[in-house]
Amino acid sequence: MTVRVQTEDFDVGLEMLALRQRNPKVGAVASFVGVVRDLNDGDDVSSLTLEHYPGMTERSLEDIVSEAKDRWDIYDALIIHRVGKLLPLDQIVLVLVTSAHRGESFKACEFLMDYLKTRAPFWKKEQTSMGSRWVEARESDASAAMRWDKMRDD
Amino acid sequence: MKIKVLFFAKLREAFQTNQVEVTFIGSDNKVSDVLIALRKKGEAWADELDENKSFRIAVNQEMVTEDVTLSEADEIALFPPVTGG
Repeated sequence: MTVRVQTEDFDVGLEMLALRQRNPKVGAVASFVGVVRDLNDGDDVSSLTLEHYPGMTERSLEDIVSEAKDRWDIYDALIIHRVGKLLPLDQIVLVLVTSAHRGESFKACEFLMDYLKTRAPFWKKEQTSMGSRWVEARESDASAAMRWDKMRDD
Repeated sequence: MKIKVLFFAKLREAFQTNQVEVTFIGSDNKVSDVLIALRKKGEAWADELDENKSFRIAVNQEMVTEDVTLSEADEIALFPPVTGG
């Protein structure tokens, strides 16, 4: 299973071991972990609630992983994204990529996060001292995803 | 033709429902026809689905634009730009 959407926490070490253990050709594993912060747009954040679109979420993440496999010579990838209520310091998202050499893993890992941020149907709602609010999409996330499109077009 | 429309996040809250069914007489309806029908449901609907608002459309769980033609039993979803990760 290359993508998982779950409420439970994850163990990066165990996931990494599971992803690479059966393949002695793996020479590099890149990982990214997203974590809940206690501050956003100048306000204290006491918790986050993550909503998603069951079915489409898994499908879009699988599509993103397939696209990474088309673009780079990687062996495997794993995306775990948590949903439900999360607190500051909690892990939200894990991306792991294995390859023979580091360059492919690093690039694919960053690509997966950039695409996930603009294509996978997750929405964050923040609980702050000022009340609850939906997090607005950032222009910088759209630009980050677009540079990969440009790279492909060039 | 019956089309199921799902709402998520801010749109679900604004419309106070997570889904509606839209019925059309005849075929060859587009997503844009569904949007026109939904905007007539009230102020919140007209406001959130205004042409100047940035919301996303998925048909059968793939992001599309509003000129896509619909088929019987298609599942549409309307939601704000995504903010995961």
